[in-house]
Amino acid sequence: MSIPFYVSPEQVMQDKAEYARKGIGRGKSSITLEYRDGILLMAENPSSLSKIGEIYDRIAFAGVGKFSEFDQLRKVGVRYADVKGYAYSRDDVRARALANAYSQAMGDVFTRELKPLEVEVIVAEVGDPELAGHEHNTIYRIQFDGSISDHENFCVIGGLSDELGSFLQSRYQPSLPLGDAVTLGRTALERAANGRSSVPPQNLEVCLLEKARIGRKFRRLATDELNQLLAG
Amino acid sequence: MPISFGGRYQGSSFTELLASDNTRLLPDWSQLCASGVDAERVPHGTTVLAFKFSEGVIVAGDRLATEGHRVASRDIEKVLPTDDYSLVAIAGAAGPALEMARLMRIELEHYEKIEGEALELDGKANKLSQMVRANLPAAMQGLVVVPLFAGYDLRRRQGRIWKFDVTGGRYEEAEFECTGSGGLYARESLKKLHRNDAPKAEALETAIQALQNAADEDRGTGGIDTVRGIFPTVIYCSERGIEQAGEDEIASAFQRIVRRDRDEREGARA
Repeated sequence: MSIPFYVSPEQVMQDKAEYARKGIGRGKSSITLEYRDGILLMAENPSSLSKIGEIYDRIAFAGVGKFSEFDQLRKVGVRYADVKGYAYSRDDVRARALANAYSQAMGDVFTRELKPLEVEVIVAEVGDPELAGHEHNTIYRIQFDGSISDHENFCVIGGLSDELGSFLQSRYQPSLPLGDAVTLGRTALERAANGRSSVPPQNLEVCLLEKARIGRKFRRLATDELNQLLAG
Repeated sequence: MPISFGGRYQGSSFTELLASDNTRLLPDWSQLCASGVDAERVPHGTTVLAFKFSEGVIVAGDRLATEGHRVASRDIEKVLPTDDYSLVAIAGAAGPALEMARLMRIELEHYEKIEGEALELDGKANKLSQMVRANLPAAMQGLVVVPLFAGYDLRRRQGRIWKFDVTGGRYEEAEFECTGSGGLYARESLKKLHRNDAPKAEALETAIQALQNAADEDRGTGGIDTVRGIFPTVIYCSERGIEQAGEDEIASAFQRIVRRDRDEREGARA
């Protein structure tokens, strides 16, 4: 029988974190950004497998990294939200509680399992001006180790997230109309697309949480509509 | 190891999710009669109908709910959209029926979110028939729920209608269907007036006429209540999605019917 080598807990955690970061950094970025009439979520995604999804009436999800892992997280989120909305009321389903639940589950996997999750996710909730106390947008980012942060204006995950973040910092303005917000997001994503000067609209996945919609506020933009927005 | 918040269920059905991981949230009325509650005395919904017209389907219902011989509610909604292209109309025990409609709505939304695309109209009708079947133990004790399901089939480009029996049997109807205590009278009226290619305005009049006919003959069915301003629910479902008829629209259709009836009677007398 061989005697296992001693590895310090610090080392184990560091190795896991490095492994996860590498996996996430290899992929493409995803941008979440507040605009005049709601929240815009966009990602460079040439495939038909979605990186952005609807969770509930006012809540959307975006994930980067390993598809099978963040898609599982998305589905878990939908189940959580629908059960909660059925047991209580639709207005009781809030992004903060969901983001916390993600943080717990992802942190758990990071400490307990050999392989950490190679994903980062966004939980975004659009405010409802009609509901007192629910007026503001919220954007949460949850990382592979369960660390959670909330963001105002915009948030970038995956790929060259730091670089894109500072680019958006220099260009972002509050209350942008939708067309300008989409153009800004695309410009940012193009910076990450190693030297390629343009990301064609059919390679963009763009979804909205629109304040003005009644009921389910999530909407996926079709390529035609996206072309129009980018042209105008 | 699958990632979870403590649940085990991995599929895309909301009712199965409740049955697997949240059993106590799943409604169960099967013990009702054992507990001594008289099934006749819980609120019941009365007349609902659905028929095809030129653009799709139209679904309508009166607004009354009764407990035995008493009025339980004068303005209950018995025609309920389940998503953008389908709706349920309920008759029978109101509590379980409304809960079934609510569950159905969540079920369709849940499937769409998990799978990334909506169920086909046939799939939706099949799901509802499973829900009706699951209610069989309660139905045997008097809490019968017999919904109508209607919607616009985006693949086949047509409106479609299904009725159900208590065992979950599902029957597609080619023209129209009615259910509830006044259903028989509404059906008599529809049989005479209905045309599959009727324009929207005619379809609305046909629906109102059938409901009025039911309200006239059946004490459980509510008519148009001009004093309180309560009108029946009338919803169109077409390629454009769900559209509810406004109160003004219904009131003026009603007036046209009344005027025509009066003219005919006076004509007969002269």
